[in-house]
Amino acid sequence: MNNEKLIELRGVSKSYDGETVLCSIDLDIHEHEFITLLGPSGCGKTTTLRIIGGFVTPDEGKVYFDGKLINEIPPHKRPVNTVFQRYALFPHLNVFENIAFGLRIKKVPEDQIREQVKEMLAMVNLRGFERRRVDSLSGGQQQRVAIARALINKPKILLLDEPLGALDLKLRKDMQVELKRMQRQTGITFIFVTHDQEEALSMSDTIVVMADGKIQQIGTPEKIYNEPENAFVADFIGESNILDGVMLEDFKVRFSGHTFECVDKDFAPKEKVDIVVRPEDVDVVAVDKGMLTGTVSSVTFKGDYYEIIVDVGGFKWMLETSDYVAPEATIGLHIEPEAIHVMKKSEYSGKFGDYSSFSDELEHLADPEEEEE
Amino acid sequence: MKKSSLFQRLAAAPHIVWAVMFIVFPMIFVLFFAFTDADGNFSFSNITSLSQYGHVFVLSIAFALIATVVCLIIGYPLAYFMSKQSPRAQKVLMVLVMLPMWCNLLIRTYALMALLDNGGLLNSLLVSLGLEKLSIVGTNFGVILGMIYDFLPYMVLPIFTAMTKLDPKFIEASQDLGCTSWQTMTRVIMPLTASGVISGVTMVFVPSISTFYISQKLGAGKIDLVGDTIERLFQNPSTYNVGAAISLVMMVLIIISVGIMNRFSDDKQPGDAKTGKGGGIMP
Repeated sequence: MNNEKLIELRGVSKSYDGETVLCSIDLDIHEHEFITLLGPSGCGKTTTLRIIGGFVTPDEGKVYFDGKLINEIPPHKRPVNTVFQRYALFPHLNVFENIAFGLRIKKVPEDQIREQVKEMLAMVNLRGFERRRVDSLSGGQQQRVAIARALINKPKILLLDEPLGALDLKLRKDMQVELKRMQRQTGITFIFVTHDQEEALSMSDTIVVMADGKIQQIGTPEKIYNEPENAFVADFIGESNILDGVMLEDFKVRFSGHTFECVDKDFAPKEKVDIVVRPEDVDVVAVDKGMLTGTVSSVTFKGDYYEIIVDVGGFKWMLETSDYVAPEATIGLHIEPEAIHVMKKSEYSGKFGDYSSFSDELEHLADPEEEEE
Repeated sequence: MKKSSLFQRLAAAPHIVWAVMFIVFPMIFVLFFAFTDADGNFSFSNITSLSQYGHVFVLSIAFALIATVVCLIIGYPLAYFMSKQSPRAQKVLMVLVMLPMWCNLLIRTYALMALLDNGGLLNSLLVSLGLEKLSIVGTNFGVILGMIYDFLPYMVLPIFTAMTKLDPKFIEASQDLGCTSWQTMTRVIMPLTASGVISGVTMVFVPSISTFYISQKLGAGKIDLVGDTIERLFQNPSTYNVGAAISLVMMVLIIISVGIMNRFSDDKQPGDAKTGKGGGIMP
């Protein structure tokens, strides 16, 4: 990003009742950027957002806005607006008055208010909803009112706290596209909080992956997906096979009892590493042509591909292929050098990446629905 | 309306018997007495004689209004303050507000009189400090003070409940949109706790306008409110009928004021649709 820095967090920490929620966070947020704070429940992403909004004061560290320290500036004096998790539309006001709220506080003349509210309603596709009561609106419509109510103030930064969490899948996809459009149209920096990695990948310019109160990786969606920094990021973003390996020399790595060519270098000789291979990057070949050999333990039809779990010497791999493979069959696996991503060992090594206990149901149960308050 | 089952009707039976005996029949008696003379003949003379009690009605309404407004001015900030405390402190404050209500109204009023009387605790204290005595008992001020003292908890509790139900997200949203603390109070907190205010106002105004004991004790018999007038008229069998007529007017006044309150709470509080009717406590 060549744009100017808008927000800088330096060594920001926060704990509640002795429990550390944020542990010395450093983060830069630039102008015109769509940045997503992504992580599981309790990772500190909402706290980070609330610190930027001014609702939480950090215990330690500094928050800069446009180069000025804003730690002690109350929310109403920050050029930042928020779309709250459950919208927090004022129930005693109709749609028009909700959107006009910020302008009325600023004592903007009535005719300008009317004009700007009309513009905002057009932008969020709610023309003619002025007189409706907010509790008569659907979730998606309330969402749009909440966005309009924030954007009408022309903030430098819009904070969005899991705004799509309460919507059904179809509506969520539509709103993703619309939010992206609004962000481009207005040029306002969006800071978006979510635990949904797909949402993060499809909308963001920059993703900040967080876990346990720390930033794990900052990067573009492509970089985060293709070059995860550690086992946590690899596991959290998309599906990954994560294996223990040893870096023999530059461009040569050994794992699963086979030496592979790879594109990574600059590791210490014989350094122990984590290897990530995405399920779609493994080719199924005949046994004699394979680099590895394994037994198919399950096959699931997913529509446009088959999801296969393959047992290779006790480690269960996940593969995605377009060709059917029979269960119990013995197959060969072929992996291109570009498909192998080598990572440094981290505190998350060994915690993720084996699909031996994998089932869709478990994955679903583990999916955090509620963000920490 | 759904037809209720036999069981439901049986369950309601004791209450219906009770209501008929102690609410419906007395009402019919009041109506009957109000429109008959001492010999039991139909007559409007009771109603027409009410004009001489006009000033009593005006005084009662004025006292009740003043007491209600003062209760609101004291009670609203108190309820707000309470709602901002830790849950522990809230419980303690709740008990402190409720504690007087565990004691009978008459006893509380009597106690207040003992405190404020000419030879009461307050005046003894003033005299011992070399100050002049205050005459509170027997004045309008004394009566209104009694109303405020007796009915303040009824103002605080519903407002406090409304405050604690208020989602802090609304307050954050208003700060986010540029409100100072005062603007948050007037533009968000007050409108969203209006249902509690309406309940509180109703619960203070209605007993204030019909009280007779407070005015007797703290007014030292010098101040005559509607309640006192009704009580006196009913103590003499020959004035039963006029007493019934005043009672009737009183009931109509209360029904009208509660009706107005409920209109407010139903129409102006769409936000409370989920938690039932805004007013809630009064019929």
